[in-house]
Amino acid sequence: MDQTTQEAQTDFRGRRPRVPGEEAYLEVTDLQVRFPTADGVVQAVDGLTYSLPLGRTLAIVGESGSGKSVSSMAVMGLHDRKSTFMSGSIKIGGREIIGMSEQELNTVRGVEAAMIFQDPQSSMHPYFTVGDQIMESYRQHNKVSKKAAKTRAVEMLDRVGIPNPQRRVDQYPHEFSGGMRQRAMIAMALVNDPKLLIADEPTTALDVTVQAQILDLIADLQRDFGSAVVFITHDLGVVAEIADDILVMYAGNAVEHGPVEKILGTPLHPYAWGLLESIPAVSGTPGPLHPIPGAPPSLLAMPSGCAFHPRCEFRERVPGDMCRTLRPELIARTADTGRASRCHLKDPDRVFETEVLPRLP
Amino acid sequence: MTPSVKGVRKVEGAPLLELDDVKMHFSIKGDGLLSRGAKKVQAVDGVSFTLKEGETLGLVGESGCGKSTTARLITRLLEPTGGQIRFQGVDIAHMKERQLRPYRREIQLIFQDPYSSLNPRHTVGTIIGTALRTHDMVPKTGELKRVQELLEMVGLNPEHYNRYPHEFSGGQRQRIGIARALAARPKVIVADEPVSALDVSIQAQVMNLLENLRSELGIAFVFIAHDLGVVRHFCDRVAVMYLGRVVEEGGRDALYQQPHHPYTQALLSAVPDIGVVRGVPPKTRIRLQGDVPSPVDPPSGCRFRTRCWKAQDICATQDPALFDTAPTLHTACHFAEPPAESIVAAVN
Repeated sequence: MDQTTQEAQTDFRGRRPRVPGEEAYLEVTDLQVRFPTADGVVQAVDGLTYSLPLGRTLAIVGESGSGKSVSSMAVMGLHDRKSTFMSGSIKIGGREIIGMSEQELNTVRGVEAAMIFQDPQSSMHPYFTVGDQIMESYRQHNKVSKKAAKTRAVEMLDRVGIPNPQRRVDQYPHEFSGGMRQRAMIAMALVNDPKLLIADEPTTALDVTVQAQILDLIADLQRDFGSAVVFITHDLGVVAEIADDILVMYAGNAVEHGPVEKILGTPLHPYAWGLLESIPAVSGTPGPLHPIPGAPPSLLAMPSGCAFHPRCEFRERVPGDMCRTLRPELIARTADTGRASRCHLKDPDRVFETEVLPRLP
Repeated sequence: MTPSVKGVRKVEGAPLLELDDVKMHFSIKGDGLLSRGAKKVQAVDGVSFTLKEGETLGLVGESGCGKSTTARLITRLLEPTGGQIRFQGVDIAHMKERQLRPYRREIQLIFQDPYSSLNPRHTVGTIIGTALRTHDMVPKTGELKRVQELLEMVGLNPEHYNRYPHEFSGGQRQRIGIARALAARPKVIVADEPVSALDVSIQAQVMNLLENLRSELGIAFVFIAHDLGVVRHFCDRVAVMYLGRVVEEGGRDALYQQPHHPYTQALLSAVPDIGVVRGVPPKTRIRLQGDVPSPVDPPSGCRFRTRCWKAQDICATQDPALFDTAPTLHTACHFAEPPAESIVAAVN
């Protein structure tokens, strides 16, 4: 990264803007994930496509059942292939993940890509010390002595801001507080310098002051290691603080994709409008909320056409019943080609300016 | 307004609900026989506030600050180890179950988790009907009609009274919990994180429902949440808790715009705010170090001093009490002052 250009063009948080044509490190193309169940086939992810270059943070936003976690577990190759149908393509650093053998996957997981989970309580083994678990992850990919691995574990704990790492390395997870445990999880994920980090709601279980510490830490580590980060969350506030790009998911698919200031500032999809109108913020003037009516669809029986149309208050604006019959593509809808949305609505930017913006809380 | 309930006494002119130096210290098991009960978790340690009729008071704070314990004390699911809880001037803190029964009707609780707070083996009609029968609200013949009225009031289909909780979504279940609380026609509803288990779009629906009910029925709320945005939206007054104490309390606008306590400032500064995109982000961020200390062995003096950047010697020796710092604002801090610059993003 060139220092001068970085200073010359940075956004409101001092981040560099996206360079067009930048090579993607993670590339997901037309991903489908289906789970056969007794009640029918659950279409958890339905044709998801996105890419992410090194050094950038992509936030995947959506409500429960939108497919944000399922798609990210697919990137890590974590779905049981006996009970999951997957198609499409997932490329990490040019290597195809779908169809890769378990043995090969083990050379990708941890080294190329690592994951942080929501609940640090249940994602660490209670029977082994924190140090043992970090060392195991390191020795899996590096032929080093236990002593060298332990030095590395202490170094990592120190890097993620755990005080007294020499002593802490021999303690068990239950001796750590929630925030400390999440730091230890991050240390474990980063011990092999992965180029892709997937964080699945890493701060949802934490208190707000601790959450702020962890968000700072992830942003800080990302700057240092220059890795690509996929940040899964339902909290748009967190997104505003940490992400470069946003992918808004609804019912297994992306409905809007683009830079954070655009998608949160002037979104183009009615679902994104509905989200903004549902969030009471701590800043600005408090006003009434305008929630999206109804509930997300069942993944067993997806609506025809646009998946959002049964809840959309703008569907009458689209002529000829298109919303019900034809699924819109995820493409640029305005002159700005850096962002895409999946909606038939004409002039979504004008509708937002004149009708949605005035009633935002 | 509902007529006064049989068995509920009232002191004229007394506020609806008053907590006066309420304490809840839980004994924990020691290592040996002799040390048993020696250590105490000071979950709530001297909380005082008043709630007027029809008012909403928000309680905010991080986990372990005692806000849920306070909810359980107000509803008398727990008996406090000290202090008074006065409902219309009558102390209910140590009342026996038989006397307490009519008061239970007046103060109802809405729980956080809509999954574990409804009996999966009972139909919705039975769940709400039980509340009606327990408090003798309607004659037996009118029960079904009242259940249907309540279901309609919370935005559910009144014909669904014979369905089981698992047939409803999370947001709908929370509405059932609200209908059950309304069944007793309470004067106070204590809502313990009523929307935090719900998705964003559903959360806003339930918030709007609670707001409509409040304005239509004139019920006073004690609204407990960790989400400062939600509390700002719903409450007239807000109390910030830290380690079992109220550290700052005041009118909503005063507390959010001019917080005088360092903890309130840090809490507001830590909230991930969507306003940073739509407005001007604050210049500086306050970041607290470390975690909340254990309530078994809280710090001496001011409990926040171990994480406070303003702490001096006096903070370790003298426990600050709440005092007036600005109109409608009360702060417990030796060095209370408004923030130098805006803490949250400026959005116009």
